[in-house]
Amino acid sequence: MLITHKNLLLNIAFCATLVVASIMTIVAADAHGYSREGLEIKHPWTRVAPPGAKVAVGFMKITNTGKEADRLIGGSFALSDRVEVHEMSVTDGVMRMGEVKGGLEVVPGATVVLEPGSYHLMLMGLSGSPKLDERVKGTLRFEKAGDIEVEFAVAPLGAKSHSDKNGSPDAKHEHGGHDMKHHH
Amino acid sequence: MAAKTTLLARLRFALWGLVALAAVIAGALVLGHMQEAARQGASLPGAVRIGGEFELIDQNGKAFSSERLKAKPHAVFFGFTHCPDICPTTLYEMTKHLEALGSKANDLAVLFITVDPARDTPEQLNKYLSAFDSRIIGLSGSEAQVADVTKKYRIVAEKVGTSDGGYTMNHTATVFLFDGKGTLVSTLSWEEDEKTRQAKLDRLAERG
Ligand SMILES: [Cu+2]
Repeated sequence: MLITHKNLLLNIAFCATLVVASIMTIVAADAHGYSREGLEIKHPWTRVAPPGAKVAVGFMKITNTGKEADRLIGGSFALSDRVEVHEMSVTDGVMRMGEVKGGLEVVPGATVVLEPGSYHLMLMGLSGSPKLDERVKGTLRFEKAGDIEVEFAVAPLGAKSHSDKNGSPDAKHEHGGHDMKHHH
Repeated sequence: MAAKTTLLARLRFALWGLVALAAVIAGALVLGHMQEAARQGASLPGAVRIGGEFELIDQNGKAFSSERLKAKPHAVFFGFTHCPDICPTTLYEMTKHLEALGSKANDLAVLFITVDPARDTPEQLNKYLSAFDSRIIGLSGSEAQVADVTKKYRIVAEKVGTSDGGYTMNHTATVFLFDGKGTLVSTLSWEEDEKTRQAKLDRLAERG
């Protein structure tokens, strides 16, 4: 079969389109955001929680693009009873965690990062573990902007960031398939 | 006159050189000593003893005594299942380290001791730990038994009330590594990178 010049060009164009399309899909899947009232919320995410866990964590980046300071004071999460804004730190080997009194302030132009080992949404009274790659509905409550609806992406157990795929894909059912428990 | 000044200047220069050399040597010695001390952990002069005998209940509801750790290298850390971040992450990382060690980890005892026995019953620990390496032993007990073991391991464990009337716990998150004689030989910390922690566990499993 002869490959004509035109055919070859068509093939290249086709492949290029596929590559671009898949990159766009990956980017779209990896970054989701919400904005309202001068607040930009980037990639809210949580992790698969171990079976029986009554708490989980929510992370994200919040940028204030407006002219007024605002405060994250709470929110809701479809799989939990209540949500608190927490701060966590490890000093001299001791982990300390507690509510951020009065909420987490985001001043104009600033970005506040909720991430492992630091600020987080404490998702309390969990009714079930978030499942990998599903989206869990929730809201973020701001003092001035009010409630902003978001969806939390679900990263594996042990994930250090929303794009960390190295964690365990499922806390409960992966003992055989995943290389988690193969030494008995 | 001029010659004398030059000589003095040279002498001063040489002396300062010696001082600098001495400082460098002293620094290197101190650093070496500190590294050695850090490597040996418990052999630090005047270091408090960490660890001791205890009686607890494992995640299968069976009694677990520190007798079981005799002649076994062991890793011990404390936490609770109402802990959203550091405890599941430490357990997850320990699981990965044990996988990397493979069968070499079979003689290593890894203990996760709850600081919250009121909520972390053996059944709760059993459920929770099913997500992690099955060689990790989860331990609970009565309030008194847990208070005893946290005291012996010099663990900070304090209840902090939450606005809904519940509580969370502040606690020591360090993983303590003991050799078969029960001597603290090293620790793993949250800030360390994965390779460093793995190397410490490899060494612990090897020394037996
Ligand atoms: Cu928290």
